[in-house]
Amino acid sequence: MARFRCPDCGYVYDEARGDPREGYAPGVAFAALPDSFVCPDCSVRDKADFVADEAPAHPIAAMPGTPPRA
Amino acid sequence: MKTFVVSDPQRGTIVYRDRKRHLWLASLFYPLVALSGVGLYWVAAAEWVLWIPVVSLYAGVSLLDHWVGADPNNPPEAVVPLLEADGYYRWLPMLTVPLHFAVLLALAAFVATHALSAAGVAVAALTAGLYSGLGINTAHELGHKKTEVERRLARIVLAVPVYGHFCVEHNRGHHRHVATPEDPASARMGESIYRFALREIPGGFRRGWASERERLARQGKSAWHLDNEILQSYLLSALLQGGLIAAGGLVMVPFLAIHNVFAWWQLTSANYVEHYGLLRQRAADGSYERCQPHHSWNADYVVSNLLIYHLERHSDHHAHPTRRYQSLRSFADLPTLPNGYFGMFLAAYVPPLWYALMDRRLLALPHIGGDLGRVNVDPAARARLERRYGGAASLAA
Repeated sequence: MARFRCPDCGYVYDEARGDPREGYAPGVAFAALPDSFVCPDCSVRDKADFVADEAPAHPIAAMPGTPPRA
Repeated sequence: MKTFVVSDPQRGTIVYRDRKRHLWLASLFYPLVALSGVGLYWVAAAEWVLWIPVVSLYAGVSLLDHWVGADPNNPPEAVVPLLEADGYYRWLPMLTVPLHFAVLLALAAFVATHALSAAGVAVAALTAGLYSGLGINTAHELGHKKTEVERRLARIVLAVPVYGHFCVEHNRGHHRHVATPEDPASARMGESIYRFALREIPGGFRRGWASERERLARQGKSAWHLDNEILQSYLLSALLQGGLIAAGGLVMVPFLAIHNVFAWWQLTSANYVEHYGLLRQRAADGSYERCQPHHSWNADYVVSNLLIYHLERHSDHHAHPTRRYQSLRSFADLPTLPNGYFGMFLAAYVPPLWYALMDRRLLALPHIGGDLGRVNVDPAARARLERRYGGAASLAA
């Protein structure tokens, strides 16, 4: 189960958890999300913009509104 | 004054003091100015004093913006995580929520218990509506955040002006489609605020409802399920305003109607000035370029920004919608309004004045360079604007 991160706001789509509020059950693969998927938190990054998130996000890097470290 | 200290591996120790830290209390307590008219009424025993809070907001803040001027100071990027985590800033918008309820309830009680003329009822309703419009701004700050408590409070405060669809519509609709002809919440060049309102108010409602219906459909639920966050807010509105009519009598019906529409009108006004005429370019595949800093009008006036949680630092807000108000930054060389939002609202209400102030300013922006093809033009005004500005590429020179 992989994790994918919004490069603007730090939202993480964790395949193991899904995003039930958005209607994606635990276990739904990121690849299976519709192409119209936008970041549920900031809405200004699309599915294609998301990046693989290998390690759990550092608490500071995951601060809302904080751009990720280059 | 609190000092933030960060040790940055490249840049050494960074020290930042937020000079606005305590001034943000103005955003918290400003709704209470609405009640000053009632206080004056008791002292002066005259109805005309009820106009003072309405007039002082528009005229007073416009003048203060002119006199006090702009604030180009920004927090260093390295300090932003500390600012975002500071609970003090987080509490202020949350504490503003009950004040919006208090203002509506107090003005409703005043109207229900005093023998006012029709004009007196109307001005009390306008005053309440003005501050409930600020409630939409409070909901805007809260509704962009990631915590459930802030999002819930946004829906709760939206119940005051009966605008529960705002957060869904704004986050999922406006932010994605901003500065395109498809966005009902982005004004077009040559479109008066009055025509804009007729597109913005119903268009925003339809888009918000459709977005929430889609989310619920993905969960396998009907749009009328109680998990519909728009419905939750509307139900609270029904309780609140139904209760006021039951308790305050029929005078509450016109009072609340004027209050609601005038609160929506505040949002319409903000939407009108924030993106007037600005247009994202299309790529070869027809998709729009990402929203850039030059797709929002900004105003960096100290006073009005302190009243509306830095909303006028609008480009940074669109670049990073979840960023909190205390961290929003000002940038040089962005589209800039000649006064704060309150002054610009007044100008917008007189369309010839608005066009005189804004149309040349819009065409002179560096990325437009006088080219109407790079402007979001109202189709109904296109022929007139092309006659007037068609050969205006020299404007940018």
